[in-house]
Amino acid sequence: MLLIECPWCGPRDEQEFGYGGEAHIVRPADPHALDDAAWGEYLFMRTNRKGAHRERWVHSEGCRRWFNVVRDTVSHEILAVYRVGEAPPAAGRRGE
Amino acid sequence: MARYSIFSLLRNAARYHRDWPAAWRSPDPRAAYDVVVVGGGGHGLATAYYLAKEHGITNVAVLEKGWLGGGNTGRNTTIIRSNYLWDESAHLYEHSLRLYEGLSQELNYNIMLSQRGVMNLAHNLHDLRELSRRVNANRLNGIDSEILTPEQIKAMVPILDVSPGARYPVLGASLQRRGGVARHDAVAWGFARGADARGVDIIQNCEVTGIRVSDGRVEGVETSRGYIRAGKVAVVVAGHASVLAEMAGFRLPVESHPLQALVSEPVKPIHPNVVMSNAVHVYVSQSDKGELVIGAGIDAYTSYAQRGSLPVVEHQMGALLELFPVFSRLRMLRQWGGIVDVCPDASPIIGKTPVRNLYFNCGWGTGGFKATPGSGWVFAHTVARDEPHALNAAFSLERFTTGALVDEHGAAAVAH
Amino acid sequence: MSEQPFRLFAGGRVDRERPLDFVWAGRRLQGYAGDTLASALLANGIHLVGRSFKYHRPRGILSAGAEEPNALVQLERGARTQPNLRATQVELYAGLHAEPQNCWPSLELDVGAINGLVSRLLPAGFYYKTFMWPRDGWMVYERFIRRAAGLGRAPSEGPDPDVYDKMHVHCDVLVVGAGPAGLAAALAAGASGARVILADEQSEPGGSLLATRETLDGEPAARWVERALADLGAMDEVRVLPRTTVFGYHDHNYLTLAERVTDHLPPGSAPDRPRQRLWKVRAREVVLATGAHERPMVFAQNDRPGIMLAGAARTYVNRYGVRPADRALVVAADDGAYAAAVDLADVGVEVTVVDVRAQAPACAEQARARSIEVLAGHGVVRTFGGSRVRAAEVAPLDGTGAGWAGGARTLRCDLVAMCGGWNPTVHLFSQSGGRLAWNAERACFVPAEARQRVRVAGAANGTFSLAAALTEGRAGGDAAARAAGFSGGADVALPAAEEGAEPAPTRALWSLPTRPPGGAPAKHFVDFQNDVTANDVALAAREGYRSVEHLKRYTTTGMGTDQGKTSNVNALGILAGLLGREVPEVGTTTFRPPYTPVTFGVLAGRDVGALADPVRTTPMHRWHVAQGARFEDVGQWKRPWYYPRPGESMHDAVSRECLAARNAVALLDASTLGKIEVRGPDAGELLDRIYTNGFKKLPVGRCRYGLMCREDGMVLDDGVSARLADDRFLVHTTTGNAARVLAWLEEWRQTEWPELRVWCDSVTEQWATASLSGPFARRLLGELTRDIDLDPEAFPFMAWRAGTVAGIPARVMRVSFTGEQSYEVSVGAGFGLALWTAIALAGERYGLTPFGTETMHVLRAEKGFIIAGQDTDGTVTPHDLGLGAMVARHKDFIGKRSLARADTLRADRKQLVGLRTDDPREVLPEGGQIVARAGGRPPVPMLGHVTSSYWSANLGHSIALALVKGGHARLGESLVVQLPQRSVPVTVVAPTFLDPDGERMRG
Repeated sequence: MLLIECPWCGPRDEQEFGYGGEAHIVRPADPHALDDAAWGEYLFMRTNRKGAHRERWVHSEGCRRWFNVVRDTVSHEILAVYRVGEAPPAAGRRGE
Repeated sequence: MARYSIFSLLRNAARYHRDWPAAWRSPDPRAAYDVVVVGGGGHGLATAYYLAKEHGITNVAVLEKGWLGGGNTGRNTTIIRSNYLWDESAHLYEHSLRLYEGLSQELNYNIMLSQRGVMNLAHNLHDLRELSRRVNANRLNGIDSEILTPEQIKAMVPILDVSPGARYPVLGASLQRRGGVARHDAVAWGFARGADARGVDIIQNCEVTGIRVSDGRVEGVETSRGYIRAGKVAVVVAGHASVLAEMAGFRLPVESHPLQALVSEPVKPIHPNVVMSNAVHVYVSQSDKGELVIGAGIDAYTSYAQRGSLPVVEHQMGALLELFPVFSRLRMLRQWGGIVDVCPDASPIIGKTPVRNLYFNCGWGTGGFKATPGSGWVFAHTVARDEPHALNAAFSLERFTTGALVDEHGAAAVAH
Repeated sequence: MSEQPFRLFAGGRVDRERPLDFVWAGRRLQGYAGDTLASALLANGIHLVGRSFKYHRPRGILSAGAEEPNALVQLERGARTQPNLRATQVELYAGLHAEPQNCWPSLELDVGAINGLVSRLLPAGFYYKTFMWPRDGWMVYERFIRRAAGLGRAPSEGPDPDVYDKMHVHCDVLVVGAGPAGLAAALAAGASGARVILADEQSEPGGSLLATRETLDGEPAARWVERALADLGAMDEVRVLPRTTVFGYHDHNYLTLAERVTDHLPPGSAPDRPRQRLWKVRAREVVLATGAHERPMVFAQNDRPGIMLAGAARTYVNRYGVRPADRALVVAADDGAYAAAVDLADVGVEVTVVDVRAQAPACAEQARARSIEVLAGHGVVRTFGGSRVRAAEVAPLDGTGAGWAGGARTLRCDLVAMCGGWNPTVHLFSQSGGRLAWNAERACFVPAEARQRVRVAGAANGTFSLAAALTEGRAGGDAAARAAGFSGGADVALPAAEEGAEPAPTRALWSLPTRPPGGAPAKHFVDFQNDVTANDVALAAREGYRSVEHLKRYTTTGMGTDQGKTSNVNALGILAGLLGREVPEVGTTTFRPPYTPVTFGVLAGRDVGALADPVRTTPMHRWHVAQGARFEDVGQWKRPWYYPRPGESMHDAVSRECLAARNAVALLDASTLGKIEVRGPDAGELLDRIYTNGFKKLPVGRCRYGLMCREDGMVLDDGVSARLADDRFLVHTTTGNAARVLAWLEEWRQTEWPELRVWCDSVTEQWATASLSGPFARRLLGELTRDIDLDPEAFPFMAWRAGTVAGIPARVMRVSFTGEQSYEVSVGAGFGLALWTAIALAGERYGLTPFGTETMHVLRAEKGFIIAGQDTDGTVTPHDLGLGAMVARHKDFIGKRSLARADTLRADRKQLVGLRTDDPREVLPEGGQIVARAGGRPPVPMLGHVTSSYWSANLGHSIALALVKGGHARLGESLVVQLPQRSVPVTVVAPTFLDPDGERMRG
């Protein structure tokens, strides 16, 4: 079971959190300006990185806040934790 | 290929089994092939087998980074059924089940298909409604399917708690009698032996590290054993599809997640068929060896680690013991995880890609094993003809652009 | 009462003052407190304890611990029976009842042993080559194979009478194993003040020190164990857990421990305590001192009862005071065998040693000093005996070990004790992700590179000498404590261990020659439980199953209940030899949890029965129960389904409730609907971005029905929202989607639009809601409130007012899911029951009728109102539902762009329509599939399905809603609902069956 450092509450068991998939997928400002292919790309296509993966978690059984994590999807090691709106720290860029 | 039978077994026994030939060769890779299949799991081996058998394409290599059947083929709960809701899925899985039904004889390798029946339980009115919808659709699609009352369920599986006061009362079930289980390793080995006998080179410990593309057309693959030219490349690497797609320069609508399973210690026969409960994530059958084979839920997070988290198993155990109270004193013997690549609509992708002559077959999520022969069959067709068969036309990558998904999640929860 | 003929008069850790009676295979026997079932059986001279899985060969006790593959028993009877327990781990208690497994009619006379006679036909994987004729034949063969397979039996009755607990703990240092290295580690870590847990799987700490006659500080080692435990007991932050197996090493230093709390007591004798407890430990640092498992040697007929591991023989002598034989043959590939030879000789056993190494090692001197004959460069050719070994043939080996160099001689013996070397117990280290390396000198895998915060000490690390294990344990404990921020453990005093002779290397002779001189190949067992022989390994390699995993799966080596603790490395060694490669090149298998089997019960813990999943009930639940309501499960909620009166069928009750709602007044408990307060200056903006229709301009005091989609354009949920204030909305969700919708709002608000000043809170359980429906609803409510003007002009449809109802502060919403004049009265949850009973009392003279979800479904279906999840299934857009008018043109919302994709624009999408059966009394089954015409051979093209279907007592005919391909253009068309036995003609109609203009609810 992962130990995840909530930026507001500190380290907690994975069980307290919800998973939100890949981070930094920005909703297009004007969806209707996109063609179907570009819209499909936004909706469904994912990096699904093997290695350092930037992803979203929510402390659903704690402070209910969303935040970002860089986690190695092979070792499950958590490389960085940062808040929504913050840029991924340098460690999180490993493997890009 | 040396034929297997009781007679050949007797003959060989007299010689202390010293003369059995290898089930497949272990050739070194050649410089070029007409088709390179990436992935030596059940689906990849089946693809190679049907390329040779149905389409006469035998200049084929199957490249496997580890050992044959070492991915999800050897890690699943071996359930086979075809009772899917939507026509597209139902036809594909039914085609697969029909191939399974003759597979031991066709491959001359006993895959131990045990059509002991698969039950899907309904625990509330919503489940019952969805069950009835699916059973009706299955029957119209020519798939055997029926609805059982709690009394009928109890008669078939006496150890199941069907009392109305249970936390998850059993209100009914669907039953596909032709559903069941098979020996997962044997499926991979049987296809490997069959493909090898038809001239396919099966190359283990050969990892693909790059896909060479020129002018939007695939040229070959870089591997841990050197570059291999290929007329066509067919990728079937459950769990790692995104990694291979990235090598070819595109993304897929899949996420890889751990799916956990476990077995109990072997006990004398106690559970006759396969019981599935989607609502509480219980899938259980008993192997011929006597182990209870139990599928747990999928872990929420992306992972390539072939292991999941404990809470998934704990939760699953609570639900299992509610349904089967007598299992409480049995013991978990072994626990493991597979990496499943999951599509947004819980249906696979089998078809062409943005790169010419490069084909992908992925996204089977939790349901790949039951599709093994059918998947290989339609994928071989797609690769050989450069166009999908009618059975897999709906499972194209384009559906994520048009929106024509094949959503097999069903309604997850009723909401009134 | 028997007299334990093989019990020594003194010595060992059994308590001869506390004899315990027990029953084995129907025989009453006696052992002592401190015995395991295995040691008690050996004390009684019983070696034959089981039958093997495949050939049903007689088997004895191989080991003295967790690695036991043979001695598996069925413990106790009835609901408390437990299959497959290792006799070597079952602690003896008074009245214990155990039976052998996998034999019939008895252990001595087992019919299944016939398999042994045809064993030549049953090599590894024989079933892949046969049983293929006729085509469906496998189903028949399988029945017999299944019956023959399996080991013990599951309880035939449930539920489990025992309870299981869980503990969640954190610690600084978790030490696994309380042998010399583990005790030293715990002492060092404990001395530093760190929070330490020392877990050990045995009944008492001490590990190998309890099983040898080594001394520490000149005293028996057990004395030092006692002192160490006393020291640990005096440390406040140290917790010692005996009978606790650490079975899982998970991510982020999370370990799982199974404590057997009362398994060592007679069943049911400790009702106030759990049977077992699952410890879930998050450890900062871990020290693994898990010891090592001895390897059997692979020679012909090495599986007879009376053939055991040398260390086990030594353990039975020293720890349990058992003299396991009269004449023993000790077979050595490693020095460990000599200690056993010496210990056996010292209790009067006549011993001969056969060492496969060309030269006897230095430690052989001790044996020779006791007049033990040592035959160096020899091996065991084969053994003799039935239910017990009675003799063995030994012969000199040639230099390679592949053949015999001379004639055999037969030695009488009733015990063969073998030591093929030692495998460090690296299971947990490997589970933690650690990499292993091959130690050629000791022919074993040892921990090499850790991936988590873990250290390994003692035999588990390949450090086999006692003095070194103690030192390494202390260093490990100290380093772990330091890493966790503590210090001072390095100075802990260690006892002085005896100096042993310099050990000679282990000989990695993985299998003795497979043929006796001039004879036919005989069975050399590698995996005892699954009957895998060296020839099976060779067959697998010959046939191409050459990866370790293929070998395991093809031959079933290591797949038994012991998971290969005694067989895996031997199999690997044999395979490596056949392939002409080194062992580490062939590889090792992945070790997975659990280390030893763990009950399902302890994994589930208390989350069974009523606690399996919380049940949610509304504040009015008691009233519903008292009224005899039948309940429906909706998510975790129990909702009244209908309220049958005595003698009424469900159909009668629902019809009565439906008529009351349309003709008088009826009352529904609507408390379970999800309620979310959305607050802040941008509350309206947030809802505008979520819902397909607009909310920003909704006036305070008004309500609006809204529809929300996923980003792919499919309907997610629906419900009514009320504007409570400029900056405050109350959003209603469907019952089953409450948590999902709140999470949905939060996700968008926090991750995509953090600039919006708005907050969301669930208030579902803060409110209780009673919903009145019917022509008398207003008059009834009027009797209960004075401060709310109910005049339709003042309080129109889709408005809400605050005031008091029945003297309780209330919020009243004029919304209608039934299509009737309807008021939803919400009060603080604590007042729910008071409100409800007040309404019920006042309603008596209006014929007020409580109604449940079934009637609610009928009434809303008469109106064509959808239920998300029933009339939608995640593939339905607002347009498909005929609710295109609710899709705002001039704003964006989640999912809008998806509605303009090729597939969502198709005219032949499945759309919501009504169905009327030609026979008005025929009620269609929900889930019925719709086709163009009856009959036809599969596959029959399907047009859609029935989503909702009821008898409408108000209309006097059945009604149904359906999703039908191109349905909106099919009104008036005749179709067929094709059921398994019959087909039902239907006509497509508009989905509103009653009051299409909504006059009733607006009136």
